[in-house]
Amino acid sequence: MSDALNELAGQLELRMSDAVLRHETAFGELTVMTTLAQLPKLARFLQSDENMRFSTLVDITAVDWPGRRKRFDMVYHFLSMYRNHRIRLKVEVAEDEIVPSISDIHPSANWFEREVFDMFGILFSGHPDLRRILTDYGFRGHPLRKDFPTTGYTEVRYDESLKRVVYEPVQLVQEYRQFDFMSPWEGAEYILPGDEKQEAAK
Amino acid sequence: MMDGSYTPDTLTDEQKIRNFNINFGPQHPAAHGVLRLVLELDGEIVERCDPHIGLLHRGTEKLMESRTYLQNLPYFDRLDYVAPMNQEHAWCLAIERLTGVQVPRRASLIRVLYCEIGRVLNHLLNVTTGAMDVGALTPPLWGFEEREKLMIFYERACGARLHAAYFRPGGVHQDLPPALLDDIEAWAHVFPNVLDDIDGLLTENRIFKQRTCDIGVVSEQEALDWGFSGAMVRGSGLAWDLRRAQPYECYDEFDFKIAVGKNGDCYDRYLVRMAEMRESTKIILQAIEKLRAPEGQGDILARGKITPPKRAEMKTSMESLIHHFKLYTEGFHVPAGEVYAAVEAPKGEFGVYLVADGTNRPYRAKIRAPGYLHLQAMDHIAKGHQLADVAAIIATMDVVFGEIDR
Repeated sequence: MSDALNELAGQLELRMSDAVLRHETAFGELTVMTTLAQLPKLARFLQSDENMRFSTLVDITAVDWPGRRKRFDMVYHFLSMYRNHRIRLKVEVAEDEIVPSISDIHPSANWFEREVFDMFGILFSGHPDLRRILTDYGFRGHPLRKDFPTTGYTEVRYDESLKRVVYEPVQLVQEYRQFDFMSPWEGAEYILPGDEKQEAAK
Repeated sequence: MMDGSYTPDTLTDEQKIRNFNINFGPQHPAAHGVLRLVLELDGEIVERCDPHIGLLHRGTEKLMESRTYLQNLPYFDRLDYVAPMNQEHAWCLAIERLTGVQVPRRASLIRVLYCEIGRVLNHLLNVTTGAMDVGALTPPLWGFEEREKLMIFYERACGARLHAAYFRPGGVHQDLPPALLDDIEAWAHVFPNVLDDIDGLLTENRIFKQRTCDIGVVSEQEALDWGFSGAMVRGSGLAWDLRRAQPYECYDEFDFKIAVGKNGDCYDRYLVRMAEMRESTKIILQAIEKLRAPEGQGDILARGKITPPKRAEMKTSMESLIHHFKLYTEGFHVPAGEVYAAVEAPKGEFGVYLVADGTNRPYRAKIRAPGYLHLQAMDHIAKGHQLADVAAIIATMDVVFGEIDR
């Protein structure tokens, strides 16, 4: 399994050397890091090349890493039903960068990119119809960003006197439950007097 | 001016006709949940179809980021609530791959058994309500009777009829009693007769065929372009099934056929689903046989850090008691890494992309629902069809809003 993936990665590196920054195989999956500018070219190559034939776009999503200089990771999953293999492309995207849309290569990218725009606020160039998709009409903010609170900012209820649904700021009757049960003694780096002796003994 | 109102041109005395916009749903019974379609009609022909989704959006992915891995499991029941255990399966597989846990054989067989029950549950609902959308009333009544029996099997395994939370990382929650296996076997022997009855109602039914043959035709290339999976690609002639192509669990031991359609229309997809139910019944019988064999005995959880200790051990061992307490409060930690785990859910490829950062909660979990892509192609497929065919096309896509809106 991993031999075939390594061979695939080797071929990609050979033929699309400017698009492949680096690649790794973990848990039986191949991940290729690429650049924003090369992304559509690489996607088209993966789809059309006879040895690749990644005919299906499985998924597009993003991951938010607020501490990083380039904040987002765009993640693309492709599947080849003919060659029976999968590949994952990853691109780092800064908050002010615009991602080229691949909806002209894979029509199914349309809604995925809309969802990423809705959830993360990443913009796409060349997208035919970049509207919000999952959130409410007139929603503000991008919920899957790490700095967006899970409770949101507004809540809705039906107002009997106004005879319509009204939007109000969120008021929690009890504090939002954070399931942070991490052991205080695990993960923290306590340095006790005498710990340096252990290092020295090695 | 009102849409479609009669305003003759004063010079030529010709009637001006404007396209008619209608809202289909979100409260329409054929919308299979909360789907709102904005349809632009030219007479009775659909010119444009714009699905508005998200009316059932509950922010599952956001909620998952602040809960432990085990607390997240029940969210998967609530995605595709027609076949809940198949979704849990993907989540368990993702965690097991990251933690490197090997599921015991008995648990693996139970998973296969209940995944196939889930597949029958889903197809029974889809085929029969699909028939209702095109005018037949009897099939859902007959189909739901069988679903009721299957729900009771769910209940007897885990205590819940719908939201099971039965598959756990490392195995399944509890072992099955022998009497339950006997009853499932008895059911599986009778069920093909019920399928024959539904077959007799629909397969050669003139009205049903008029409403589904050559409706919503999807070619092989279209199926690839729009990212279809499951019965939507198999109806178009591609023999693609993850259970066969990329076997997970112990599907490679089972003997089953993959049904493939020819024309890629609604009728072929109906036939594919009917055939899949028969194949699932065969797998169920094989799984029961394997569960009774000596190799099929044993524990149903991979005992270790991610699963609870046995109840009896907790009574005597302090370590087990601490482990139990820590597991259900703090939860288990998953080593950092990313993984995409997919299963052949009844509707198609259901996948979970999990990014773990080494803590007890997922850093990011993306749920890839098959229905999302199927519904996306609605505009492409429904264009040029009549308004009445829209209901048939929605039915054949097998959309459930729990998983599309997440």
